[in-house]
Amino acid sequence: MKITLKVWRQKNSNTPGKLVEYQLDNVSEDMSFLEMFDVLNDSLTRKGEEPVAFDHDCREGICGTCSMYINGRAHGPQTGATTCQLHMRSFNDGDTIVVEPWRARAFPIIKDLIVDRLAFDRIIQAGGYVSVNTGSAVDANEILIPRTIADEAMDAAACIGCGACVAACKNASAMLFVSAKVSQLAILPQGKSEHKERAERMVAQMDSEGFGACSFTGACSVECPKSISLDHIARLNREYLGAKLSSDNIQG
Amino acid sequence: MAWVTQTLSSSLGRKVIMSLTGLFLCSFLIIHAAGNLQLFKGDGGRAFNEYTYFMTHNPLIMTVSYLLYTSILVHALMAFILTRHNQASRPVKYAYSKPEANSEWSSRNMGILGTVLLLFIIIHMRTFWFEMHFGSVPMAEYDGKEYKDLYRVVQAAFGELWYVTLYVICMVAVGYHLWHGFQSGFQTLGIRHKKYTPLIEFLGKYFFAIIIPAAFAAMPIYVYLQVHHII
Repeated sequence: MKITLKVWRQKNSNTPGKLVEYQLDNVSEDMSFLEMFDVLNDSLTRKGEEPVAFDHDCREGICGTCSMYINGRAHGPQTGATTCQLHMRSFNDGDTIVVEPWRARAFPIIKDLIVDRLAFDRIIQAGGYVSVNTGSAVDANEILIPRTIADEAMDAAACIGCGACVAACKNASAMLFVSAKVSQLAILPQGKSEHKERAERMVAQMDSEGFGACSFTGACSVECPKSISLDHIARLNREYLGAKLSSDNIQG
Repeated sequence: MAWVTQTLSSSLGRKVIMSLTGLFLCSFLIIHAAGNLQLFKGDGGRAFNEYTYFMTHNPLIMTVSYLLYTSILVHALMAFILTRHNQASRPVKYAYSKPEANSEWSSRNMGILGTVLLLFIIIHMRTFWFEMHFGSVPMAEYDGKEYKDLYRVVQAAFGELWYVTLYVICMVAVGYHLWHGFQSGFQTLGIRHKKYTPLIEFLGKYFFAIIIPAAFAAMPIYVYLQVHHII
């Protein structure tokens, strides 16, 4: 199939970028979207041009590294999938495909389609953990957890931190990410003891990173490759308000 | 008290202010719509004028009305602050974006809808509230007691076709605003549960976004038709 690509090219965070058009004539419909980019980069390299910088790692939908905004949607037209799980058969012969990086103040562009997602790491560092003693591992079933609660926690823990929620949100809000990371710990007994500080610190970090507020449009959940539910955002709101009203922290 | 200001200036705290003021305004809409149903009574406006007298003289209602004015101002001001902040969160826009694939139009345009509603409230209050409190409203007498005849003001305003049209369009905006806003307010407060959320969504969409605006829109249409002797 023949594909026209319009790809965002930007040398670094200080240089303004622009959409550059490329023609690809021999695209197989069985290629993944990233393989199509490999072909493009191969041809650019042969011509002595700078290849398009893009993030990728596992290429099997579990690492959350690939991050393209394809034809107006995070990770392209599919739902519940990452860019590496998107195949060219989702497009038609002769299509023009616009590819942009995630756009958010908190995700500055490093180069071309690569953005800096360290803001997510800093939110995790602020409270997305449980404090446990190191040493020998405890028995697997020492604390019994009902199946429904384990499933709910697992649904939240499925978040791979890709940032599609931020990319898709009209406010570039990180609420779905933060809510998944708060939920996965808050609903398990191991996470209960620190749940107040966790919610307070992670939300404070989220705000200081420059993400927007939640308008509850639901775009994040639709575009999330792991289909994280909006239930978690409600839980984060409960956790945060509950913590603010009842924690010992009066300094804010 | 640092924790209070810190909480209320966080993104979640600001949304809580939006939610609480918004839901309070929703509760006001029920009272306002129910009270104004007096317009349909066809008694030359007596029931309506007695109702407006009660609403402007009952001390409890007068107190609540100040809470109402404050809520409108806080809701609008906080929306402005949040919108500016949200816009700044994406300084470079997408060249090509397809938000209709993942979200409802009303949920993405609460700011525009809210601005329409704020302008409507200003016009609406200038026409009726301002006239009632500070204007020269003709008097009516029922059983030897004098009442301000706001019904005449209503007839004069709703006798104009452009004014009726404006009202109906603004009620559509109310509908879209509440289609998203009512249920969203509960989400902000963390009230989301498989037992209650379906009820909240049903109420928000069918009662607040359709029945209430339809009842309000029917008032100017009914008065217009009556003034022009069409019914």
